[in-house]
Parts: sequence; C-alpha cells; structure tokens
Amino acid sequence: MKPRRRQRLLLVSLLVAGVAVAAGLALLALQENINLFFSPSQVVAGEAPANTPFRLGGMVVDGSVRRSDGSLEIQFDLTDTAKSVTVAYTGILPDLFREGQGIVAQGSLGTDGIFNATQVLAKHDETYMPPEVTEALEKAKAMGVQ
Amino acid sequence: MSNNSANWLTRFHRLGSPPSFYHLAGALLPWVALLCIGLFAAGLYGGLVLAPADYQQGESYRIIYIHVPSAWMSMFVYAVMAASSAISLIWRMKLAEAVARASAPVGATYTFLALVTGSLWGKPMWGTWWVWDARLTSELVLLFLYLGYMALVAAIDDRRTASRAGAVLALVGVVNLPIIHFSVEWWNTLHQGPTLTKFDQPSIALNMLIPLLLMAGAFKFHYLYALLARVRIEILDSERRTAWVNALVSQRPS
Repeated sequence: MKPRRRQRLLLVSLLVAGVAVAAGLALLALQENINLFFSPSQVVAGEAPANTPFRLGGMVVDGSVRRSDGSLEIQFDLTDTAKSVTVAYTGILPDLFREGQGIVAQGSLGTDGIFNATQVLAKHDETYMPPEVTEALEKAKAMGVQ
Repeated sequence: MSNNSANWLTRFHRLGSPPSFYHLAGALLPWVALLCIGLFAAGLYGGLVLAPADYQQGESYRIIYIHVPSAWMSMFVYAVMAASSAISLIWRMKLAEAVARASAPVGATYTFLALVTGSLWGKPMWGTWWVWDARLTSELVLLFLYLGYMALVAAIDDRRTASRAGAVLALVGVVNLPIIHFSVEWWNTLHQGPTLTKFDQPSIALNMLIPLLLMAGAFKFHYLYALLARVRIEILDSERRTAWVNALVSQRPS
C-alpha cells in the first residue's frame, strides 16, 4: 500500500479508536444514570434517592395484587426474586399488567416504605409466539412438575 | 492464473469509475425494483395475514414487521455510510463519497420510521409514547447524527471538502452503533432484549420469523434501489463538466 494511503488508514483507525475509548469511558463513568430503573434490592438497600422521584423495576409477585372497591387504587409487590417492594398506584394500569409481568413504576418512596407510583409501565420480554405454543409449553411444564 | 485474476481485478477497479458505475446501476435498477416489490408483497402478506397472533400482545405485535426491519436498516445504512466514508478518506474515491452522501437521507428516513413505529407500538404495550431509556435515546442520537451529516455536507460549497468533513463526522458517530445494539444488555431499559440478533436461538416462532426476514430483505432491496438511483444522480451532478455526461445529455430528446 502506498505510504500516504497507509498513513491515512492509520489516522482513520486512530480517529475511530479514540472516539470509542472516549465514549466508553464516558459511559462507564455515567453508568448509574443510564439505567432506567432501580431494582427492588437496590431500593431496600437504600441506594435510591430519598427526595426525588425515581423508577423502580421488577416483576409482579403472584397473589400480591390488592384493589380497593369503588376506586382505582391498587397495591402490588414488585420483586427481583431477592427483595420486594410494595407499590401503591391510583389509575388505569397498562393492558399487559398481570402477575409475573415485568413492570417499571415511576414515583417516590414513602416514609412507610411503600413506593407511591405516579406512572406504571409494562415491560414485556423478547418472546413472540402464538397462543397454542404457550399453552403447550405450560402443559409440558405442568406435566414435568407432576 | 495471473491472467484471470488480473481480469477480475480490472473489472472491479473499473466499477469505481463514475461512467461504468452509472451504466451498471442503470441496468440493475429495474431488477432491484422487482425484487423489492416482490419481497414487500410476500413479507406483508406473510406478516399481516398468515402469521398467527401473539400470545401476549395479540394483533398489535404486527407492527414488528415495519419497526424491526427499519431499525435494522437504520444501523446497516449508517455502517455503509461509515465504511464508504473511511474508503473515501483513505483512497480518495469519488464513488465512495457519493455512496456516503446518497445513503444519509435514506438512513435518516429509516431511523425516523423506526422511532415513529416504535412510539406507536409503545403506547398500547408499555403505556407510554416515549421514555428516555438507553435504547430509545441512542436511536434518537442516530437520527441526529444523520441529520447533522446532511446539514454539514450541505453547508460546505466545495463538494470534495464537504464529503471529507461529512466522512469525519460519520466515522465519529459510528461508535453509536454498538451502543444502540448492546444498550438493552448493558443497562436496565424499558425496551426488551434482543429476539434475534444474539448468540442464542431466536425467541420468536418460525411462522412469525419468516415474514420478518422477508421484510428485512425487502427493506435491503429498497435501500439498494434508492442508493443506486441517488448515486447516479450524484455522479451526473459531480461529473457534469465531463464529455460522457454531456454526450448523455445531448442524446436526450428535448
């Protein structure tokens, strides 16, 4: 390769590598802020801010959903299988809300340890399949347990 | 042996010459269009009619057949732009400059499409039109990179200087591509993880996957068509003082 071309190739590679290192360091430094939500374990450990709203993400614990009659108030527990946090919310929940579903709630932690949510979002997983396949999978799982 | 390889290499080198590329691209265009339309028809029929509903999202998941291919293309086109920018900087190839300049508006459109369809999908499924998580934010940054590239190239009068400046910007922004792709794995995001592009079995049923791959092919051929057509125009514009272009122009019926 001609020397000038090789020099340009080196410069281009250095440019891309340099930007990559800069970006990598910046992302490493800002890691905590790039996460969209805290996990229940982090909230229980006191890592979430006390005075500002933040987001809490976890899965709805089976049997933890409690509605009050005559109003839109609802309480449920979110867990990351290690620790759970109780969430209180007044309003309409997303369609995908159900037991075992991933949920991201925005709000603040009350002094009583209950997370008062102002927004509840559903986070679904990356699986796409027709209903027959899920039914078959669940049947197989049930048979396996027995 | 050396005779054959020399022939091959000369033919490839000749592709880099604007008039050869102009005529070759012109010959290819109708076939590319045919393939593109055929793949869109097959993909849309497969995705909207044949594929079953999703166990969780019902019929609303079908927007995946536009959202995911356009998101894939938004990154693929930027990669092509970055690669041709590098080639144009290192080898000073006029054709590479033209490919980069021609790709930018097409890639920007795919990025915009991905963001809009994603937003339309997010409102019923997640419960919000937008959230500033790592995946969505980095894809928005990609759109800004495309628009910034287009603005920069348009702002400089001299074509080759403009292309060189744009090439540097394109290469600086290429670090965003792995960030977009791995954002859902490196950080907590609302956007779910990868269904397909991972070192694991795809987490999508086969009869849902096939239309998705057909749509990805359709979008690729759409990009190829747009690229070939736009590069031809760039060539005509940049080579307008040459004899072969003037011959072409004088042949046209007025």
